[in-house]
This record gives sequence, C-alpha cells and structure tokens, in this order.
Amino acid sequence: MNGAQAMVKCLEKEGVEMIFGYPGVAICPFYDSVLDSGIRPILIRTEQNAAHAASGMARVTKKVGVCAVTSGPGATNLITGIATAFADSIPLVCITGQVNSELIGSDVFQEADITGAAESFVKYSYLVKNADDIPRIFKEAFYIANTGRKGPVLIDVPVDVQNAELKKFEYPKTVSMRTYKPTVKGHAVQIKKVMAELEKAKRPVICAGGGVLLSDAQKMLRDFSHKYQVPVVTTMMGIGSMQTEDEMYFGMVGNNGAPCANRAMSEADMVIMIGARVADRAVNQPEIITKDKVLVHMDVDPAEIGKNAGPTIPLVGDARHIFEDMMKLEICCEHSLWVQTLYEYRQTMKEKRVPDPAFIDPVAFVHTLSDKMERNGIYVADVGQNQIWSCRNCLVRDGSFLTSGGMGTMGYSIPAAMGAKLGQPDRQVVAVCGDGSFQMSMMELATMRQHNVPVKIVVMANKYLGMVREFQQNTYHGRYCAVDLSGSPDLSKIAEAYKVRFLRLSDPDKMQETIDEFLRDDDSVLMECVINPMDTVK
Amino acid sequence: MKKIYSVLVENHSGVLCKVAGLFSRRAFNIDSLVVGETDDPTVSCMTIVSSGDLHTLEQIEKQLNKKLDVIKVKTFEESDSISRELMLVKVRYNRGNRRDIMEICGILKAQIVDMSKTQMMIQLCDVPERIQLFLKMLQSISIVEVARTGTVALPKCHDQEG
Repeated sequence: MNGAQAMVKCLEKEGVEMIFGYPGVAICPFYDSVLDSGIRPILIRTEQNAAHAASGMARVTKKVGVCAVTSGPGATNLITGIATAFADSIPLVCITGQVNSELIGSDVFQEADITGAAESFVKYSYLVKNADDIPRIFKEAFYIANTGRKGPVLIDVPVDVQNAELKKFEYPKTVSMRTYKPTVKGHAVQIKKVMAELEKAKRPVICAGGGVLLSDAQKMLRDFSHKYQVPVVTTMMGIGSMQTEDEMYFGMVGNNGAPCANRAMSEADMVIMIGARVADRAVNQPEIITKDKVLVHMDVDPAEIGKNAGPTIPLVGDARHIFEDMMKLEICCEHSLWVQTLYEYRQTMKEKRVPDPAFIDPVAFVHTLSDKMERNGIYVADVGQNQIWSCRNCLVRDGSFLTSGGMGTMGYSIPAAMGAKLGQPDRQVVAVCGDGSFQMSMMELATMRQHNVPVKIVVMANKYLGMVREFQQNTYHGRYCAVDLSGSPDLSKIAEAYKVRFLRLSDPDKMQETIDEFLRDDDSVLMECVINPMDTVK
Repeated sequence: MKKIYSVLVENHSGVLCKVAGLFSRRAFNIDSLVVGETDDPTVSCMTIVSSGDLHTLEQIEKQLNKKLDVIKVKTFEESDSISRELMLVKVRYNRGNRRDIMEICGILKAQIVDMSKTQMMIQLCDVPERIQLFLKMLQSISIVEVARTGTVALPKCHDQEG
C-alpha cells in the first residue's frame, strides 16, 4: 500500500463519504486512489469553496468535513476557507498536495509553504515526511478537528510521500498526545457556584453562542431555560440554538441585534455566556456584561475566558456536559417578573421600518421565506445586508441557520449550502445571498448541476455592495466609492446557462405565491429578489 | 510588568516558528526567547521573558497552553526564580584603560576569555540586571560587539512535600 492509498483508507476508517476539492499534479496520487474507494469526490470550481462546502457539511452532520486540493495556488486559495472555518470553530480536515520532499524550499513550480502560510488559521497542521506516519497523523487530525474547541486541521502531503510504500498499514484505535487533552467536563465546584448565583439572581440571562450548536446542546439549553425560567439571547453563531418562536428567546445580541436582546443583556444582573467568545460584534463594550453584574463565562476553550471580559465565574467545559451537570442540581428560581418585563420589551421595542411598496421588503421576505420553509430546513445566509436581515428575521424551528459569523466571508452561502445539502439530502436547503456575494460563488452553479445538488438560491439584488454602501452613506456622507455593481449579469441568463430554474420576485403582491413556487419541489431554483438599492439594515 | 515563561515543547521543526508566530500575531512582547533541548531529546525548553499588563501576561499563558505542540507552561516572576544570562563582549583596549577594564571584571566577576594586542573578549554569566550593569560600566570604553543569550530561568528549588 502506498501513501495515497493509505490516506484514502484513513478517510474510509473515519467514515468520510465525500470530499470536496480540486485536483492537480501534486495531489493526483491521492485522487487516483479515491477512484478505488467508496468516497465520492465533489469537484468544486474554486478551492476556497471546497472548504466552505466541507464546512456546510460538517455543520449539519456534526462530522468532520474534508477537502483535498493541490499544492501552490490550490493550497493558497484554500486559506480563506480555512480561516472562515477557524473563526467559527468548524471541524475540517484539509488535505493539500505538496511538491516532492526533496524539492521543498527550492521554489519549484506550484510550491507554497502552506503549513507556514496557514499557521494562524488552523488548529494544527502537519507536513507529512514519512508515509508510515500517515495513519497516526490522520487519526490525530480527525480527533483534533472534532474535539475540544473544534477547528480546521491541515495535512500537507508531498507527492513522493503519497507514492512511497508503507511498511504496514495499521489505523490507530486511540489517540495519545501528551500535548492535547481538552477539558470537556466542567468543574463541579464552579458549576455549584453558578447554580448558587442563579438562585440569587433576579434578572438572569443566557447568551448562547455557536458552541451550543457545536456540542449539540440545543435541547438542553431549551430545557434549562424553561426549567429555571432563564431568558435566552444568542450571538449570530448561536442562532438556531433556541427556536425563534420560543417564548423564552429574545433574539440576537450585538450591533446588528434585536433591541430587546441588547436591553436584556444590559439590564440583567447575571449574564451566562455559553459557547460564545464575547466577540466585538456581539458585545462591543465588554463593560456592559461585567459592570454591576455576575458574569459567568463557559467555554471549552480556556483561552477565550477572560480574553475580552473578566468573568466572575469562569467555567471551562463543553456546553452539553455543563448543562447536563447543571440540570442535576435542583434549585429554586423565580424570575417571572423579569421574564414579564422582557415580554414587554419584545412587544414594544419592535423595529420601525417603513418599507418601500415599489420593492420587496427584505424583512418581510426573510420572514415569509423562512416561515414557509420546511420545519427542519437549512437556511444559509451570506455576508452583507442580506446576512443582517436574515439573522434578525429568519424563523428557525427544528432547522439550522448557517452563516460565516466570525470571518464574515462573502460567497460562503452557496458552497456551504451545497455541502449541507450533500450531507443531509432529505432536508430543504436555501442559500440567501446578495448580488455581490452571489458573484463571488456563482461558478458553483456548475458544481450543483454536475453533482445534482438541489440547493435553492435567493439573490437579494440591489445592484450595490449594500452593506458597504450603507456604511459609506452613514460614515462618509454618501461619498460612494467602488460599491456600484453595474455590470452584473442578467441572472435569468445565468440560470439558463447553468440549466437552473429561475424566478424573479419584484412585485410585493406576488411574494407569497412566488416563494411557494420557489420552495415547491426538491429542485435547484435561482430566485432574484429585487429590493430597494437604498434600503438599509438600520 | 515582567514575567518568565518556561515552556516545554515538542522538539519538532517548526515549533519555534509557531510559538514566535503566536507572539507576533497577538501583539505580545518578547523581551527574550531562548530555546534548547532538555534532558529528554524529544522535548525542548523555551524560556520566554515577556512584559505587559496583567491581562496580557495571563493571555500569553493561555494562548501558549492552547498550542498543540506545547507540553507544559510554567510561569514565574523573576523573584521566584533563578535566572541567568550569558554575555560575550569584545572591547578595544589600550595601556590607559586596561587596568580599569580588569578592575570592573574583577568586581563583577567577569572573565577575559580571549585577547589580541588591541582587543579583548569578556564573558559574564549573571542575572540580567548585572549583565546590564556590566554593559553600563563598559560604556566609557570602546565596545566592538556584544552577543547575549537572553535569559534562561528555572523556578527556585523546593523540597517536595509527601
């Protein structure tokens, strides 16, 4: 067995069914071996999207997403995708081909120091020097990617190592690394302290982040919130951890969040951050959650605790384990007055928008679309105004809401939606992007066509890079620079070129029926939703 | 505020780069960084001296611990540790200042390790402050070049209980 065959065997041992990637000479031995396996190679149209697609798949299946690309430009193109996954703690194993070991460092054709270049965006990286190390390295890589604080792991494999014969293939059963032992179980004393504080608290609030979804603790969060009457808000990455219509859910926090969610955070006397890293977009002034209140910060990554806000009670552990342990402690809580106050805020602090009747109102659109989606549908939002409208107005029931929260990578939605659909073909998947982000990933319509991935795509078309335009309007007094998207293609022609059904929604009176038509059948549809170019999120 | 980090790491290629990269990526200071193999050839010890506020110093420790090639991080203040630095200084001398130089060496226990007709090389191994002091004393004399190792340190000895 050679290195390439061993790599494929390792993927099979890990239960990998699909890889996203783009071949080239330096990864060809591996791709050749893929042919002899049950693994399905999905040819994406640019490497960055391989990582996004693997990310979409990982987020819905809870398994490690895998991508494989060639050396040099293939590897460097992957970096933005890796960084996107890293920022959102998504487990990926990214395999890159590398030039012949003996030539490393001599700047030969398509050589790039990818482990060096990607260092600050990966949880860990390997440059494989010996084919016999392949089984151990792959075992470790999958383990590292999907445990503790999850994240991408890079494996760079020189082409000669792929071609070298292994002495013996033996896939390790366990991982033993003296340097890596993540803490998942919360400290019992700290957990008791949290519950004691909760018993005393008059106005507690839980702020749930992406960590809750990553550890699959949604149900426990919901049970906990109801059992102890603790209202919940989420960060952008935490959307979907509570059902949007749950009476104990008060929306997303942050600059772009719901006013009542922010008010809940600032008026609370106890804030429980769980699986959230107190990032600037969610909590732009850390004093808000530390001053005059008890801050409990629970995270699986000890380095996040105290990084941006000093907590009263730090608690290292995985959300699921922590909830499990907290639920075992019986305490008496009475927060009905506080919950009542928040209900009032939710009623009275509604956004006041005056939609332009000549265009589709994005707020009403997102609401209607998500309401009509299947209960367990997957809504993938891109980056830009569409993301903010989506975050604030998307109804999530038993489904998922995916977006690039940390890195804010435009073009994420289409490949991620594709990966999600391939991972869970029975669920309805809708990608919502803007006309800017669509053009960053529209080449993937070919991948969808080729591999028959029926993703539904909405393009909120305003002929602008809307988010930046809005920023320039507010901050630079309307001096617009490089935000005009004239020159954009006729989307109906694009759809036709890729043999995808096309719908245009421009008449608000036809919104219901057009969305029904869009969601009917499990088939790819591209829908252009015409919104007012000057519409704003604020 | 200064802190010394004694960091045991896997003795692989690229680990120094990863640790140094962490400091630059997060804008942490490195006052000095020394790496050497330990008694176990698979383990290297990095002694890093850094300065910053309390929050930064705590973050450095957490971020170091997060690196997968880091086996163990020990931190200590200068006062809890024995720290040493080695310095080699080459100076130009003449009949007029030779005695002064030797006197300074005598007081600070530095050794003259090499000599020519016009230059001498002095070695001093001491705590960082005394190295600094020695350099200051030599300032009036013409220094040709200086090489310093940076600080190595270990926590003070304690009898283990039990």
